[in-house]
Order: sequence, then C-alpha cells, then structure tokens
Amino acid sequence: MSDAESDLYQQVVVDHKRAPRNFGTLAAPTHQARGHNPQCGDDLQVALRVEDGRVRDIRFTGQGCAICMASTSMMTEAVRGGEVEAARQLQERFRAVLTGQLEPDSAQLGKLISLAGVRRYPSRIKCAMLGWHALMHALNDPNGAAAAAEEATP
Amino acid sequence: MADLQTPSRVDVQELRASFPVLAQRVNAGALAYLDNAATTQVPVPVLDAMREFDERDRANIHRGVHTLSQRATDAFERARSTLKRFVGAGPGHELVFTSGTTEALNLVAHGLSTAGVAPAAIGSGDEIIVSGLEHHANLVPWQQAARRCGATLRILLPDRQGRIHVEDLARLLTPRTRVFATTACANATGERPPFEALLALAAGAGALTVLDAAQVVSHNAPDLASLACDFMAFSGHKMYGPMGTGALVGRCAALERLEPLRYGGDMVTWVTWADATFDELPARLEGGTPNVAGAVGMAAAVAFIDQVGRGAIDAQVRALRARAAAGLADIEGVTVLSATATDTAIVSFVDATVHPHDIGTLLDEQGIAVRTGHHCAQPLLDHLGLGPTTRASFAVYNTDDEVDRLVAGVARAVRVLR
Repeated sequence: MSDAESDLYQQVVVDHKRAPRNFGTLAAPTHQARGHNPQCGDDLQVALRVEDGRVRDIRFTGQGCAICMASTSMMTEAVRGGEVEAARQLQERFRAVLTGQLEPDSAQLGKLISLAGVRRYPSRIKCAMLGWHALMHALNDPNGAAAAAEEATP
Repeated sequence: MADLQTPSRVDVQELRASFPVLAQRVNAGALAYLDNAATTQVPVPVLDAMREFDERDRANIHRGVHTLSQRATDAFERARSTLKRFVGAGPGHELVFTSGTTEALNLVAHGLSTAGVAPAAIGSGDEIIVSGLEHHANLVPWQQAARRCGATLRILLPDRQGRIHVEDLARLLTPRTRVFATTACANATGERPPFEALLALAAGAGALTVLDAAQVVSHNAPDLASLACDFMAFSGHKMYGPMGTGALVGRCAALERLEPLRYGGDMVTWVTWADATFDELPARLEGGTPNVAGAVGMAAAVAFIDQVGRGAIDAQVRALRARAAAGLADIEGVTVLSATATDTAIVSFVDATVHPHDIGTLLDEQGIAVRTGHHCAQPLLDHLGLGPTTRASFAVYNTDDEVDRLVAGVARAVRVLR
C-alpha cells in the first residue's frame, strides 16, 4: 500500500514547494516558454539565458500544485550552469522514470529522485512534467511564441 | 451540530446496503464517495431493472410486430411517462431521451440555431443570454449557436460572491433576446440561483428559457408545471441511474421548434430518394435506436428516489453540506465558496496556499473521493478570482462520519503542505 504523505510529498518536495529555487524573472532571456495546464490551472513561465551551449541562468514564475512547483524548482537547480544537451538528456531520463520506462535507481536523477513516487500516481505525472515541457519548448523555440498555450501531456 | 445528528433523516446504514460499490476500501481507508456531483452510484434495484429488461424483454422498439418488441416499446414508453411525472410535466410537455445533459443542451442550442424546413429560431442580430454559473455544457453550445447564426452571446455575470441577481437579468433583456439559459445549481460552487424568478422574467420578455437541472434532480427535482421553462435538461447518472442516460423535457411548442440533431431511422414518416418528412414528437428528436435499458434504469432510479422520499433525500444532502461547509470554514486559510447556500448538495472550497490536486491526492490516500480542478466552469472561477477548487458533493448514502473524515483529511493535507 502506498502512502502519499511519505512517498509523494517527501520533505524535500514540500521544501521546494514552500520555497521554490530560481523563482522570479530573468532580465534579457535568450529562451522562454509558457507551460499551461488549463484543466487544473497550473501555469508556468520558464526563461533561460543560453550562451555557448550552456544554461547560464534560468528562472521561473507562475503557480501550480506542490508536485508541479517542486519539480520545476528542482529542474532549474539541476540544469543551471550545465550544458543544454545535458538538460535534454536529464529531461528524457526524468520522463522515462515517471512513465515507468526506466527504474529510478539507474536514472542518475540526483535530487529529482524524490519525485520518482509520482510514477505511481498516473493522474499527477502531467503535474511533474509541466515545467520540463516549458523548458523543452523554450529550448526548441527560443521566442516562445508558439508555446503560449501549451498543454501538458506526459 | 446536535440538530444535524437527529435520526429523522434517512436510515443511511440500511440504505447503503443497496449500493454494493460503497462497501470497499480504497488505499488506506474505507471508501467515502463524495464525488456525487460528477456521478452518483447506482442502487441494486436500478441494476436489477436493467438486467431484467435485457434478460427478458430486450428487442428494438417501435414498428416491431413481435412480442418482445412490443414489451420493449412498452417499457420505454412507461419509462418516459415515469420521468415526465417525476419532473411535473403536464399534457403540454414532452420528454425526449438523450445520452445525458450535455446532449440535451446541445440538442436545444443546435436545434434553435439551425435552419431546416423552418428558419432557425435564432437569427442574425438576435441575443442569447447565459448565466455565468454554467457548466461548459450550457455555455459552449451557445457560443457555437451564436456563431452559427450571427447572434450575440451575453453573460449574466454573478457578483463577487458568485450570486446571480434578478435585477441584472432585467438589465440584459432586450426585444432581441431569443434565449435565456441557466443552471438550477452551479456545479462548480454549489450556488443555487433564483432560477424560478429568472426564468419567469426572461419568458415574460419573450425569450425561450432553458434550465440545466443536472445538479438538482437527485434531491430537489424542479416542478415543470410551476416554472416558466421551455426546456429542461438532466442526466440519469446524477440521480442514481445509469451512465449515458438523460433527458430533455419541455413545452411541446418549444420542442417542435428544434431542428433535429440526428436524422435517420425512427424519426421519419415518409422517405424518398430525395427527401423525407419527420415524425411527431418525441420520435422526431430521437433518431436511431435509443438506450432502452438506460431509460428503464432511469425510471427505476425515480422509483428509488420516490421510495426513499424526495424530502428525506433533500434534507439529508443539505445537512451533510451544512456540516461540511461549517467544518471546512473552521480550517484556517480555507474559504468555502457560496458559504451561505443552503439548498445544495455541493461544497466547493479553496485554500490560500495548498493546491486542490495535492488535497485531492492526500484525501484519496484515505479513501475519500472528491473532485479537483475547474469543474468544467473555468470562466466562472476566473471571474471569482479563483483558480481550481476542491469539491465535495453529497448523496443520500453519505454519512456524518464521512463528512468528518473529509474535514479532518483536508485539515491534515493543509498542515502537511502549507
């Protein structure tokens, strides 16, 4: 039997929900996109400054459930300062863990492993993926124009 | 709370035995099913009635000369009569079976905005007024209808507390108002608008009137005979009946103005290669083979409601709502929507910092089923300055203990996540 309180809402998750890291706007971003789930009202804006293939800085604003906010907060910590390609690969591994295609222990997720429990709550996977969708959208479409009403799908 | 504990309501424990689905554990607790505004559960007599039909009388209805076809036709028409009686329909009313409230409302919006043999009832420059409390099913079809025929859609907005005022409708009505549509109870907030007065005012101004009764039929079915209502829609699955069933009931003269949504078998009288003439009501609006077992199930649900007693059911769900609203409002940071509403089975609430999805997941962990999100009423929640909400909704089989578990569960979720 699962226990959402210890499995889904681990202390580190609740901590990131209460005090999201890299929360705010970024002056002169090179890439940005919005992630929006109209069904539950979660709505995020992710902005990055990419130079020489690296994520020099990243910020996000918006609102969402604890899973969505914690996942996006940890995402910004994980990709900030790293290579864009590494961010893409981390997104793929994180997504594969949530959709059950990859075991958490072999995914090298770092702190994000605290969200692996989401895989047992299919209705919440889209919450954990929303910020990542926005990140990928921003990297693929720097102006974010086409991403204005993106829906989150796992 | 002492007055809520009196045993005068319904013998809930005995009644729960008729709902096998309730007797199960979900995750770490006994199931507390508090999502009845989405769909109610089905009692054994309703399941039995549908099974008996399929085991003994199943055949296609109308035009059959064999015995089973006649029995099936009789069962279908008996169900129609039962449902008409249930909502106070008189000789000037007719009832059409649909797949649910959504189809019934689409039938009206499409039927009034589409030209057939006669021109569409709504024309270019006409106006449609829809209350701001509506489920998307009573808003989106009217957006499309207005677009189709060049009409203007106006919204009767609620105040900041989510209440609708008759004076505001008076200001919106014009000689070009062709339709006024409202809910009898807002599914997202539990607000109960003064629909009797609203419908009377709109009808007096010459508009056709539409009532979405989906959220009230299970405990407080409107009485058509005393309402200025041309069309009323409701669902079987929100009144202890089967899913995929519903009805549109209304004044014959109004129903006759609807261009059918579905053309085909059972709704025509004479067909040539080039053309067809349509049957009378209700067949005219019931093209194709209907859900006969579903209609039988809906009629059995009426029998269930009448046996328990409409007054008793209404008293039960109101008391549960009042208990829940009071308990939830006592949690610091929690705001109950339509807090003063009394004649509703729905309690919707928000917390200052904790998201409904997180509350919903933690409640589910204890077997408590609630709905979270926009409840198909996104513009209303935007208007009220709210995002998604958590909604608990009650049926006759719910108990004070389940309400107390809900309140305790919400308090705990808020404590864990705030």
